Amino acid sequence: MIPAAFEYYRPKDMAGVLSVLVEHGDDARVLAGGHSLIPMMKLRMAEVPHLIDLQDVEGLRGISVDGNTVRIGAMTTQNEIINDDQLVAAAPIMREAALQIADPQVRYMGTVGGNVANGDPGNDMPGLMQCLDATFHLVGPDGEREVAARDFYEAAYMTDRDDDEVLTAVSFSSTVGGYAYEKQKRKIGDYATAAAAVLLVKDGDTCTSASIAMTNLSDTPIYSEAAGAALVGTSLDDAAVSAAIDAMLGDIDPTQDNRGPIEFKRHAASTILRRAITNAWSRT
Amino acid sequence: MNKELSREERTDALGGMGCKRKRVEDARFTQGKGNYVDDIKLPGMLHGDFVRSPYAHARVVSINTDAAMALDGVIAVLTAADLAPLGLHWMPTLAGDKQMVLADGKVLFQGQEVAFVVAKDRYIAADAVELVEVEYEELPVLTDPFAALESDVVLREDLDPTADGAHGPRKHHNHIFTWEVGEKDATEQVLDEADVVAEEMVYYHRTHPCPLETCGCVASMDKVNGKLTLHGTFQAPHAIRTVVSLISGIEEHNIRVISPDIGGGFGNKVGAYPGYVCSVVASIVTGVPVKWVEDRMENLMTTAFARDYWMKGKISATKEGKITGLWCHTTADHGGFDACADPTKFPAGFMNICTGSYDIPTAYLAVDGVYTNKAPGGVSYRCSFRVTEAAYFIERMIEVLAIELNMDAAELRRINFIRKDQFPYQSALGWEYDSGDYHTAWDKALKAVDYDGLRAEQAQRVEDFKAGKTRKLMGIGLTHFTEIVGAGPVKNCDILGLGMFDSCEIRIHPTGSAIARLGTISQGQGHATTFAQILATEIGLPADSITIEEGDTDTAPYGLGTYGSRSTPVAGAATAMAGRKIRAKAQMIAAYLLEVHDDDVEFDVDRFVVKGAPEKFKTMKEIAFAAYNQAIPGIEPGLEAVSYYDPPNMTYPFGAYICVMDIDVDTGETDIRRFYALDDCGTRINPMIIEGQVHGGLTEALAVALGQEIAYDDMGNVKTGTLMDFFLPTAWEVPNYETDHTVTPSPHHPIGAKGVGESPHVGGVPCFSNAVNDAFRAFGLRHTHMPHDHWRIWKTANDLGLHG
Amino acid sequence: MSNKKVFKLTVNGEEQEFLAEPRELLIHTLRERLGKTGPHIGCETSHCGACTVTLNGKSVKSCTVFVAQADGAEITTIEGLGNPDNLHVLQESFKEHHGLQCGFCTPGMITRASKLLEENPNPTEQEVRFGMAGNICRCTGYQNIVKSILAAAAEMNAAKEAAE
Repeated sequence: MIPAAFEYYRPKDMAGVLSVLVEHGDDARVLAGGHSLIPMMKLRMAEVPHLIDLQDVEGLRGISVDGNTVRIGAMTTQNEIINDDQLVAAAPIMREAALQIADPQVRYMGTVGGNVANGDPGNDMPGLMQCLDATFHLVGPDGEREVAARDFYEAAYMTDRDDDEVLTAVSFSSTVGGYAYEKQKRKIGDYATAAAAVLLVKDGDTCTSASIAMTNLSDTPIYSEAAGAALVGTSLDDAAVSAAIDAMLGDIDPTQDNRGPIEFKRHAASTILRRAITNAWSRT
Repeated sequence: MNKELSREERTDALGGMGCKRKRVEDARFTQGKGNYVDDIKLPGMLHGDFVRSPYAHARVVSINTDAAMALDGVIAVLTAADLAPLGLHWMPTLAGDKQMVLADGKVLFQGQEVAFVVAKDRYIAADAVELVEVEYEELPVLTDPFAALESDVVLREDLDPTADGAHGPRKHHNHIFTWEVGEKDATEQVLDEADVVAEEMVYYHRTHPCPLETCGCVASMDKVNGKLTLHGTFQAPHAIRTVVSLISGIEEHNIRVISPDIGGGFGNKVGAYPGYVCSVVASIVTGVPVKWVEDRMENLMTTAFARDYWMKGKISATKEGKITGLWCHTTADHGGFDACADPTKFPAGFMNICTGSYDIPTAYLAVDGVYTNKAPGGVSYRCSFRVTEAAYFIERMIEVLAIELNMDAAELRRINFIRKDQFPYQSALGWEYDSGDYHTAWDKALKAVDYDGLRAEQAQRVEDFKAGKTRKLMGIGLTHFTEIVGAGPVKNCDILGLGMFDSCEIRIHPTGSAIARLGTISQGQGHATTFAQILATEIGLPADSITIEEGDTDTAPYGLGTYGSRSTPVAGAATAMAGRKIRAKAQMIAAYLLEVHDDDVEFDVDRFVVKGAPEKFKTMKEIAFAAYNQAIPGIEPGLEAVSYYDPPNMTYPFGAYICVMDIDVDTGETDIRRFYALDDCGTRINPMIIEGQVHGGLTEALAVALGQEIAYDDMGNVKTGTLMDFFLPTAWEVPNYETDHTVTPSPHHPIGAKGVGESPHVGGVPCFSNAVNDAFRAFGLRHTHMPHDHWRIWKTANDLGLHG
Repeated sequence: MSNKKVFKLTVNGEEQEFLAEPRELLIHTLRERLGKTGPHIGCETSHCGACTVTLNGKSVKSCTVFVAQADGAEITTIEGLGNPDNLHVLQESFKEHHGLQCGFCTPGMITRASKLLEENPNPTEQEVRFGMAGNICRCTGYQNIVKSILAAAAEMNAAKEAAE
């Protein structure tokens, strides 16, 4: 497994990145941790004549928590997410999810930006970002713009990002209440058979806010507004949870692959979501 | 003088058989100083890489190599047309068939070798592969062996459909052989007259040994001296030398095959692959060394697979549960070429050990081999030839019979075991089991896990499940397996006409250290450690003073290699026998030095002593020195021996395994709570290494049972070509195992040892599978096929109505 | 076609400077250019961990890193962890507890374990299993690998305590 040759760029700033992207268009790709792109290049399933390594670009790394706002630079690794105490306090679901991604070595290299921008429906961060109602920060030749995570994904590997734009950061509000990221997979290193991100807020016995997103059960992550709505105003009795699951099942559209047929995936999605809701509720 | 050591102290000082000697191999491996094939770098070495077929069945209309040849750094692009004048575009397989080295007009499986690019480095070679233009014309694809036997599509157009194959008549153009053992009519009559008959189709899916190191070689033709040196990942270096000589015409003395360190084999490295032939040809053509190392996808898609047996079974019993007969018809999917690695007379290996541990008076087995559009192979993945298939079959049939009889499966086994007093036991399918004590092992195992307690817990779990208190079922997997290893007696076991003996040559150095060379080759089993232990005990020199060397055909005596757990039963025996020759000569030297008659000295741990006067002795170290420094009347100088050992029989290791598993019926996830493994491998040479082998074999069994497969779609595309989809468990998915043992020495083996490397795989697979099946028994399940991955378990639960 | 560039690496404390194509995979650089054949190639898709080295303080799978990405980096391979006269505790421990068989995964396994114990000097068995889940072994079933790492941790901690 040997990749085809490419021109390599390691610019120091975003202007340098954009100039290569503008010049080469489709023929240029940015490289973050590389653990999605490089295997595809080695299998010669992705051809990248111009490869722009983002590692030296200023301002793409780091986690900041400013009041209620969490901002994570695109080049921040999964390992950094796991070990950042401030982030764990502000949004513990991030750590819980990151620990379920790939394996230790890959988490040292794999980045938030790569995970969310690639558009691979198997990646865990996109669904999580939709659950958090995160904002993606993009920079292109025409300047900066923001896109809601819930509006970003169009189809497998197709996103709202233009070819000459770079995703530089994600931001979201720190979370309150209960949280859970549940993922069924065949083994360490696998994508989800079904995964659910859940955030719940409780007032007394009543759920006052619920956000639910699912991973690898459609060609994009699925934010299920209806599933969350089914829980709000209830005390999460069986009927409410079942209604939320039914609503989620109405939103997902899984396909058959080596992880199993559609019917199984729908059942697994139900079970995983039930677990996530139960777990999140117990943490409120 | 030193204080005289006690006998025990002298024994301990040897580090001989039975001690947990640390491995001598580990120093280099832990420091990154192993020497594997891809570590070999010879001056001027070129790199080979294959153009492979994207189609499972297609005609090769044309191959254009111009663009590839034009690339700077490309030296050659070989196609079948280039190999044909040398007669090397096809090669013989170990199963008596032939296989294309490079596509000769058509391709029969996805990934088949079409052209071989030779370039200055592997990057250029990979680029050139992309530039070779091949025009294909797609043909109908057959991936199902039953459909292949009905189809008009002819896969092997090179074969005369009316002529016999290597193993007798062929019934259809896609049929390879029929192999029958036992009494067909008598068995069918027993089944007709039986109180109870259980019938089941048991599929053992296609999988792959997938050692962590892939296959590869470095061929180096020295045109000045006419010598070919071939380094490679070979589990049988001498056999490879003979095969290379036969197909290339190079005289065998001009070929040196070297197996360096091997990164795991598990059967994958027994066969001969097109990459070896192409590398040799490329080196002959270019006059410089050529390296070929496959990548992981190539390894999984094209080098030898394992299993793929459809085993239709019937087992009969009295209403009390005494088994009266066993019938099996197997449809064996061999892929595009019959490249199974089995002894010549056994086209389905030792599948006829499928009566297992049970006293079954009448039995019949038939196996039909079939061509399909899948990769060739059919190797024994961590088992003796087709023994995992046999063990899986009988251990599933026992469970199905227990259901039919409404009996406890442990008790059903107990009342049907071959009794200790029946050994040596003649099985209905033709084997003579050398020894065994199954009841003792079984009772020990059941007691160790509190079997009755587990069944009570399981019954409670079923109640809780029915009451809606849990969504997890509990399975208890039982297995009592009998292995057949140590191929084997030359009278009935050969590969390509080479009898399956093995060998050891020992040289004692004057200062009392030694080197021993064997015809086997370690792939992680620790031969350098354990064979030295055998010798230490046999010749009384410390294991630390004995070097063991394997894998170089210029120096090692001829042997058939390491697979099928044959190293200890065969080469281990040769080692002991050669050691005894050394000892016999040492006895004469000692008697001369002690000035007594030969019969008046006896061996005592590390010395010969005068009988009745133990204070008068000569140590083996002193004897070794004497052998080289003084003239002894009637005795040649030196102290060397060689032994070629042809075992009188196979050995029959056995074991009792029990697995306790929780299963989530909604997600299909499994949780192995407990795994108890009792192994009886006869005399135990190094308990530490035995335990390590058991852990490893069980883990490979877990993988196979719970998800590992080579799966194809209807177009013959491999769906599991990388480690994302081909299941190799990590430390996170693997439990801790409890190991235990009994010791029933082999009566015919010089040291009573039987072999152990493969037992845990042979016994482990049915044990994990039985646990899954057992979890659903209370809900009416008879049998569900492996691999038991999440969705298949879920489907089983769903089919049983467990999802409401 | 060739677009070779000069790259610099510090491998096991030694500075290396060479001309290579940017696409060269770090594992090939280490093994073929610099003679560090300890790390191995097992799966090539970043699943097996046989190629694990430490790169700028992180355990990485060097089959999935271009040499260009590693330009300027400090790398430690198994060859840099210890030497015959002064073995790393893990090297001793794997031998003592039979934590290896064919040896092919061992360099990556030990290199990864060294980083794990740096970050978590006193891991539980579950933490070892989780922390080693990026490394596949086909021979041992992991039981003795886990044992080797736990024993090494205990020994390193005892030595640290004795030194204090």
